[in-house]
Amino acid sequence: MEWKNRADVVIVGGGIVGITTAYYLARFGRRDVVVLEKNTVCSGSTGRCGAGIRAQWGTEMNCRLGIAALDIFENLEDELGMPIGLNQGGYLLIAYSEREFDNLRKGIELQRGLGIMSRTVTLAEAREICPALDASDAVGFTYHARDGHADPFLTSFAYLEAAKKLGVSYHRKTECTGITVKGDAVTGVDTTKGHIDADVVINCSGAYSQIVAKLAGIDLPNWGERHEIMITEPVEPGVCPPMLMSFSGNYYIQQRPHGSIICGMSPSGHPQDFSNGTTWQFITEMSRVLNKLLPVTKEIRVVRHWAGLYDMTPDGSPIIGETDIKKFYHSTGYSGHGFMLAPIAGKVLAQQLTQVTPDIDLRVLDYRRFARGELIMEPNIT
Amino acid sequence: MTESKKEVIVCRCEEITLDEIRQWIDRGCETFNELKRVLRVGMGPCQGRGCHDIVLREISRMTGIPIDQVEAGTVRPPVKPIKTVLLASGEVSPHGVEK
Repeated sequence: MEWKNRADVVIVGGGIVGITTAYYLARFGRRDVVVLEKNTVCSGSTGRCGAGIRAQWGTEMNCRLGIAALDIFENLEDELGMPIGLNQGGYLLIAYSEREFDNLRKGIELQRGLGIMSRTVTLAEAREICPALDASDAVGFTYHARDGHADPFLTSFAYLEAAKKLGVSYHRKTECTGITVKGDAVTGVDTTKGHIDADVVINCSGAYSQIVAKLAGIDLPNWGERHEIMITEPVEPGVCPPMLMSFSGNYYIQQRPHGSIICGMSPSGHPQDFSNGTTWQFITEMSRVLNKLLPVTKEIRVVRHWAGLYDMTPDGSPIIGETDIKKFYHSTGYSGHGFMLAPIAGKVLAQQLTQVTPDIDLRVLDYRRFARGELIMEPNIT
Repeated sequence: MTESKKEVIVCRCEEITLDEIRQWIDRGCETFNELKRVLRVGMGPCQGRGCHDIVLREISRMTGIPIDQVEAGTVRPPVKPIKTVLLASGEVSPHGVEK
């Protein structure tokens, strides 16, 4: 891709958040949008994620973002002209104590007030949704039929190819090494391929965003947290049509349209980590959970096991908006949910930068909320 | 591109053709992992045993990057497909089957 040393907007980070932001900026009329990716498309968290999409959240902001993202995902193949592998089998959330079920019910109340048609379901209904499910020890279930997942690779490539057609430049193997500031405003970025003057710089670097922010002297409270995940050989459909998820049970499991079953668990102790290494303990423990919930999976083989980083914030909610340095923006801290929120987050940030009225007011996601002590604690995460 | 090339299957697990691989090298993919992500080549039960070297050779041929400098694909555990019930039993470890 042709190198230019001047850009209107430079986006640091070429994962799904950077790609969607670039696409919408170009669609809303910004010219010369450049995306910098230190490795290759989907080489970071995006390509390693479980790619679930849900609106069953516990804070108003995440509910609003979640349902707006679903609205976008449902029409995305038509808009971008490429497949995204969308599969809406719903999320079946499982509670193992009365207290946990109460929290899920509070979530349902909040969600329904915002137009999300989630509901509680009985064990019998849960078995209709997922016939192979053995959850006799569960206390209650909630379900939202429009939840599901999309293919993170296909979705990223679909957005990227559409963005390139609108003039976006994507530089792979190009790392941001510095952010230049004059007075109180950003002026550009230094990279491993040279300097680029820019009017606007956006930090979309996921688990590395605190490192990138620091290049401009901004402190972010984010940290990378390693999560492991595995996938089985493809088997006949119907083994696990919905995403099975439990916050206390600490798992998510779903069968992809392709036939493989993908499943993950959060690490104990939530360690800070930049490694993408894997552990034998994970596939042992994950296989036990899988066999218990879905006994029919016992004879199914695991083909691949890997890890990726969650870009965590202290409250589990994202950081979106301008910083103390003018024209330097963040879109980070998605805390394991960047893929599902990227379409709406990219769109709304692009609206802010093109004087279009934003679909959602994101001001509460300003990073200064941590200093003010105004945290937006999200309960519906593992 | 002749008609017959479209039917040459490179990745048998995922049924990916030579034609598809060449199209994406043309669009800028220069590593095995990029092609894997966009096409699923090497993601099936054999984990790239059959197709990996063919793909590297094709990248080298089209981009001019010497084959020993083309970025190889990531090898991921458990290397060979293993039944979940065996993993769950705790009787296998990275060192093999526990006696």
